[in-house]
Amino acid sequence: MSAGILLQVAQTLLAILLAPLLMGWVNQCRAWLQGRSAPPITQPYRSLRKLFHKDAVIAHTASPLFRFAPYMKFACMALAAGIVPTIANDLSFSPAADVIALVGIFALARVFLALAAMDIGTPFGTLGARRDMLVSFLAEPALLMVFFTASLISQSTELPIIVATLAHKAFAIHPSLAFAAVAFWMISVAENARIPVDNPSTHLELTMIHEAMILEYSARHLALIEWAGALKLFTYSALGIALFLPWGIALQGDIAALPLALAAIVAKLAVGGAALSFMEVVSAKVRLFRVPEFLGTAFLLAVLGMLIHFLLEG
Amino acid sequence: MKIGDHEWRLDSIGPHIWRGSMETGQLLALSRAVKEEGGQLVALWGSDDRHLNGGFGIHVALLTGLGLAWVSCVLPAEAPAYPDLAHIFPQADRMQRAAFDLLGITATDAVDERKWLRHNAWAASEFPLRKDFSSLAARRSPLPEADAYPFIYVQGDGVHEIAVGPIHAGTIEPGHFRFSIIGDRILKLEARLGYAHKGIEKRFEGMELATGARLAGRVSGDSHSAYAWAYCMAVEMATASTVPERALWLRALFLEIERIANHLGDLGYLGNDVALAFGFMQFWRLKEDWLRMSIKLFGHRYLFDCITPGGVATDIDAAGCAELDALACRIEAEIRELKIIYDEHATLQDRFADTGICKPELAAQLGLTGLAGRASAQTWDVRTQFPQVPYDRLDVNMATQRRGDVLARAEVRFAEVYESLRLIRDILKRLPAGGIHAPLQPAQAACEGLGWVEGWRGEVVVAVRIAADGTLDRVHPHDPSWQNWPLVEMGVLGNIVPDFPLINKSFNLSYSGPDL
Repeated sequence: MSAGILLQVAQTLLAILLAPLLMGWVNQCRAWLQGRSAPPITQPYRSLRKLFHKDAVIAHTASPLFRFAPYMKFACMALAAGIVPTIANDLSFSPAADVIALVGIFALARVFLALAAMDIGTPFGTLGARRDMLVSFLAEPALLMVFFTASLISQSTELPIIVATLAHKAFAIHPSLAFAAVAFWMISVAENARIPVDNPSTHLELTMIHEAMILEYSARHLALIEWAGALKLFTYSALGIALFLPWGIALQGDIAALPLALAAIVAKLAVGGAALSFMEVVSAKVRLFRVPEFLGTAFLLAVLGMLIHFLLEG
Repeated sequence: MKIGDHEWRLDSIGPHIWRGSMETGQLLALSRAVKEEGGQLVALWGSDDRHLNGGFGIHVALLTGLGLAWVSCVLPAEAPAYPDLAHIFPQADRMQRAAFDLLGITATDAVDERKWLRHNAWAASEFPLRKDFSSLAARRSPLPEADAYPFIYVQGDGVHEIAVGPIHAGTIEPGHFRFSIIGDRILKLEARLGYAHKGIEKRFEGMELATGARLAGRVSGDSHSAYAWAYCMAVEMATASTVPERALWLRALFLEIERIANHLGDLGYLGNDVALAFGFMQFWRLKEDWLRMSIKLFGHRYLFDCITPGGVATDIDAAGCAELDALACRIEAEIRELKIIYDEHATLQDRFADTGICKPELAAQLGLTGLAGRASAQTWDVRTQFPQVPYDRLDVNMATQRRGDVLARAEVRFAEVYESLRLIRDILKRLPAGGIHAPLQPAQAACEGLGWVEGWRGEVVVAVRIAADGTLDRVHPHDPSWQNWPLVEMGVLGNIVPDFPLINKSFNLSYSGPDL
């Protein structure tokens, strides 16, 4: 039991500490693909250190909610990172939440950030909050559909059981999962505010979605939000890997498999990060009112995956 | 000069440039005749002439089929007023308001009498461009009470405002934009400019002619060559000086180099604004190569101070010609490849097409000019229709589009880059031999001249009056952004807020140029 807790703590800490590295890797790949020299992979850590050393500037009109939201967001993302199996499956935290509760945790973080953005009273905050809600209310049902498709195979919404079932099985092609995987990719792009839905590196305040919400944040608050953003990308990537490419993960109590599991997740994240940056470099941002079409497609694919499960695999 | 059925008393003072003075009533009639003929008002400005004739002056530059007509009227020193021209040429509105803010000359019966350039730096009762206004005294006195600027409010269920700027998240020029929106749809946009006021027109007074060229070129840094050439053209016209042939050809070379540098930058920015950073990086790499060529061959990345009164400051040798020619060929090949990528990128085309439309009828009504005008079927290009030396021997092809959207403005930029690259190669081949500079003739008496150049953004006009002692008395540089800013406000209507930066960038107007 104590080993389980130790492993749980180790995995959560690993996720928190490695998340900025994934962000750095994506940025690095993006720079290379655009044909410019890349910042060092550790650049996100340097930015975080810089932000933590600064004094926070907070508007006079800000309520305590505004100060609290970054901590809330970070805590939610850390909790999610603890639940999603990255190197080992079925950790002590896992029974705390199934996939439906996981969607709820993401939603909780988003609601707090949106409230904080509106709390400050600037037009950009409200604008961003409104747009973020537009994106997420379309992304959430699609994400649930993806989870349902995956859970149909294992007959459970518990992540460890889904992962164990899929990882244990002899290699089999599930057409339903192929659809679900594409849908999950699209949802991840939208939820993590990446191109073609949002542009994380823009300075044009009128085009922003996620960035518009956090324009008023500075110093440690901004650092926490940035870090939580990196953690969210990490968690989504780990979730995608756990659902669709679980091979190599250490099953319950299998300490000897941990080094291999660690190597496997690092390799998968590296490939995934490179793929994400490639997609970002070749795409342009869609017009805001095309985002519903984009996420509608994701929802449709997830539903198709589910139907195909009943038709072909049921 | 015959416009409509009437013969107007205007004298030709240079190729395609006409000069005349008349009563204010005649000015109104002339404006109507020009409008009926399909012409436009290019510039409107005032001057304090009390030391010359005891009154003020109002000047307009009108674009006619025969060229540019510079017409002036004398206004009385007490209560100077002239008839409103904005009901004929809507683009005159802001120029009239600026003329009042700076000189206190009023357009009678104007619909919009709000201030325009004045914010809080001087009081409503002070007029900084009057000769008796002392900048030094104004700087020492405390700031006047701020008076609010009444924006136009849109009312209705669910309508709200977003105020953007004048400080932006990016490093761009200052401008305030007031959006009235429903959801993300724009119902009205009102721009408030004038945050970049530097007192340039005041600074010109009493300046030496050579120093004036340096200042004129800095009115809007991205149009340095256009302004410097227009200023020099005006000064050379005023002093009846002749410029060596080779210098004129080199000026055209500089102007085309400047056009390409700006178009490359804008094409990159257009990609960046739809988050296609690849396009941004590639076009800016090309722009950087281009600028490095400029500093290597001519000593300045943006060719600052290469054009001087009487000629140019730097020459190009045979090796330089070969290098520039080779670079032009290489860049053209790369741009053609990049254009294919832009053309075949579905999302980019979706963002560009039908975004920020300025219909040709509206463009004609509001006097949209320059590059943006040509994208909305306003077929005016000084280089083609009213060419000076050497454009009269270069046969410039005008790039036009009818759609008037972001895509059309991008297409015009591509076409103009190709054309400018062709012109550069042509100029290099035919560059006449000889000197590059001749001293100006000394001014014997008070004299005046006007320069008219097609800059990359549109037509730049610089009007110059030289005092009898040979220093500058009044200089008015006119930026095409004056006419085009109102069209940005019209073009965004019905679009969504996140598309505004893209539309704005597709015009890429100057904040500094119309705010001297």
